Amino acid sequence: MKTIVGYASAWSVAPGDTLDVKVSTYGKERYTAELVRVVCGDDDPDRGIYREEKVAAPFAGDYPGRTQTMAAGSYVVAPDPEPLRRLAGFTVQAWIFPTTPLAGEQGLIAHWCARSPRGFALIVDGNGALALRTGDGTGDVRETGAGVALAARRWHLVSASFDPETGAVRLHQTTPGTAVEAGHAATAAGRGAYAPVADASAPLLMAALPSEEGGVRRHFNGKIDRPRVTARPLSSDEVVALAWDPAPHEREAALVAGWDFSRDIGRARVADVGFNALHGHTVNLPSRGVKGFNWTGREQSWRHAPEEYGAIHFHDDDHYDAGWETDFSYVVPDDLASGVYAARLGTDDDEWHVTFFVRPPRGAATSRLAFLASTATYMAYANYRWQLREHYAEVAETYWTTLDKGDAFLQEHPEFGLSTYDTHFDGSGVRYSSRLRPVLNMAPKTPLWSFNPDTHILGWLEEKGVGYDVITDEDLHREGAGLLRRYRAVVTGAHPEYHTTRMWDGLRGYLSRGGRLAYLGGNGFIWRCAFSDEMPGVVELRRAEDGIRYRDEEPGEYDLEFTGEHGGLWRRLGMAPQALVGVGTVAVGFDRSGFYRRTPESFDRRVAFVFDGIGDDEPIGDFGFLGGGASGSEIDAADPLLGTPPHALVVASSVGHSADTWLVPDETGFHHSAMDGVQNPRVKADMTFFETPSGGAVFSVGSIAWAGSLPCDGYDNNVARLSENVLRRFLAPEPFAMPE
Amino acid sequence: MYEIDPSRTDLIEEFDRNPGGPHGAELALAVNRLRLGPMGERFIIVCTRRGREWAVGRMPTARGQPVELLEGLVFDDYAAAAREVFRLRWRAATGRDAASRGRSGSRGTAP
Repeated sequence: MKTIVGYASAWSVAPGDTLDVKVSTYGKERYTAELVRVVCGDDDPDRGIYREEKVAAPFAGDYPGRTQTMAAGSYVVAPDPEPLRRLAGFTVQAWIFPTTPLAGEQGLIAHWCARSPRGFALIVDGNGALALRTGDGTGDVRETGAGVALAARRWHLVSASFDPETGAVRLHQTTPGTAVEAGHAATAAGRGAYAPVADASAPLLMAALPSEEGGVRRHFNGKIDRPRVTARPLSSDEVVALAWDPAPHEREAALVAGWDFSRDIGRARVADVGFNALHGHTVNLPSRGVKGFNWTGREQSWRHAPEEYGAIHFHDDDHYDAGWETDFSYVVPDDLASGVYAARLGTDDDEWHVTFFVRPPRGAATSRLAFLASTATYMAYANYRWQLREHYAEVAETYWTTLDKGDAFLQEHPEFGLSTYDTHFDGSGVRYSSRLRPVLNMAPKTPLWSFNPDTHILGWLEEKGVGYDVITDEDLHREGAGLLRRYRAVVTGAHPEYHTTRMWDGLRGYLSRGGRLAYLGGNGFIWRCAFSDEMPGVVELRRAEDGIRYRDEEPGEYDLEFTGEHGGLWRRLGMAPQALVGVGTVAVGFDRSGFYRRTPESFDRRVAFVFDGIGDDEPIGDFGFLGGGASGSEIDAADPLLGTPPHALVVASSVGHSADTWLVPDETGFHHSAMDGVQNPRVKADMTFFETPSGGAVFSVGSIAWAGSLPCDGYDNNVARLSENVLRRFLAPEPFAMPE
Repeated sequence: MYEIDPSRTDLIEEFDRNPGGPHGAELALAVNRLRLGPMGERFIIVCTRRGREWAVGRMPTARGQPVELLEGLVFDDYAAAAREVFRLRWRAATGRDAASRGRSGSRGTAP
């Protein structure tokens, strides 16, 4: 059982930077902390390769434990809504698209004081129906419900009004008809007891209700579009007119607030287009750039018809920033070597490594080689839960669900948030994944997926005495090719899957200026992702069209909200990984891996350096910690039609793949009975090399499992040998020459 | 859809001999069938000490509920834990016991 977790304020730091470490313990009054350098994080006791080194740090010591909490669930807060404090009669209305109307009470729009109940709260009640709750602060709380459950995943126009003269409450709940479904409406009348909330600190909330403890609760699952508050009871015709009017302030003089979510897509800001500027902001990253009630389908991008994308989709398990208090801080000293480090936290029965990456001093390199840590990918997989939630995970990965301590902890802690591989409670796909929370799979001594297999590469570099700096995806995104140009060669991790456009351009720019790139992984350069300039530490994905994924993207919502770019596979964007590194993903299989055999092209003198010490007929990588071979898990092949350079040499290809290794969806326009590794000749990894016109070169192995073979037999094997041959040459000053 | 024939105890024996696969065609169908049951209450493996100890547990049905570890089903061999999961799921799917064989390395200590 886990009794300690934590996270750091940043994943990438440089000397002089301050890192804040935030810790939570469970049932433990004390914990210890020390700094370690992470060399190899694979702690399988039969392998004996785990290695970390203690490093002196001022924060080392003993600390009092405490439990810090997190709160998942997104909502909008409009702070200090001063005009609402003077509200007598009102109408509150919105278009809503509930996705779990029967999941208990959920807040829609509320200006409510929970401690001495007063104000109003438009809600979905415990029966799934629209209701208005009012309170006058004397203890008189009344609720009027429409009595008819809202339909899941249908747009409804809902409104509630209060007449201060009579105390009358009127509710309207309308579902417009379609060509194939009848519309229906429900109305209800009752009496309210209302006094406005006078407390200036009480915000207006959307998609949640305030709790008595000062937080929020009762999150709404679904979409809200065009919420409005008017300072008088409106007739149902007036509600409808206001609901359809994108400029409500020009129609209704008594408008208090009319929020337009189609503005500021990609930002936290929520704009009020009314007279009072009751702007707000989102909390916990609900999804924006989503289809509104009036979406016609004529445009598929929020950029082209923003007025049809005026909704926000809220989820009760959205999450962005845990916001924990800092337990201790660490100023990275000037003489700390670049590398992967961790604040190792310990209780009497558990430990946790708060892992971070120390880059060299800004503007400098301290090695000729950079290890590019795949932090965008680590973020995309942060706290993945497919083994807990995904029905097809076992047959996809050919295994019996096997949890480790971290997985079991996540099951008990849904508030720790989701990864981009998960689905929300309401069944929609997760688009955002943050590092501002404990990430239970971004540390040594965790399962071999995402971060931890990359430490097989670090362990190998250390064993061979190859010096390296560590830089991260976020650094590359911010600094582009200029960051990489300080290095003669760059080596990737085992699974550099996610790249922003700036990262992609940075790598292309580096290659165009003589850079050497060793891609020692598989399934790399596959998905376009996005970072936000405004909200750091979170990655956004839209899983457009196809690709290996556990969910489809919502039609009409393929464009990233952070950048406005079309999301999805780089291959589908016309920029296949084959055009960057020679190979791209063709197959996945997690039960058994294959191995490589040299091709006739491997005997070309251009690649003699690669095979120094490797026999002509020697199987390469018929061993390994991932499926027993160096070619497996997810594998890539060359494809001239997708951009593999014509002068690229495929120097080895893999064989021996299993019947449970399958072509990826983007390789199969038409599923058939010969898609597996036993029958299909496309199921193979191609080890590929090519030179660039500026004296650089690219070497790709095209397999996630490759790195898992490096440590075998004390790092003394032909995978390690071949990899070292490549790196030694890539680090030599002599330029590569293009073939004639 | 393929349904397991409970009388095919030879499939249980085949699985016991080689829980890691690859499996014969009929056993592969049965294994996939057992892997496609509902997530809630699915019998699973929980690694309690890396590379050294695995317990058999049961997935809960709702968010936030803890994974239940089944009493007495702790193994020092992953294959033994896999055999136990297969046996429990076989019984859940067919209604018939599937007494496993060859649980080498297993030990019956409580978690």
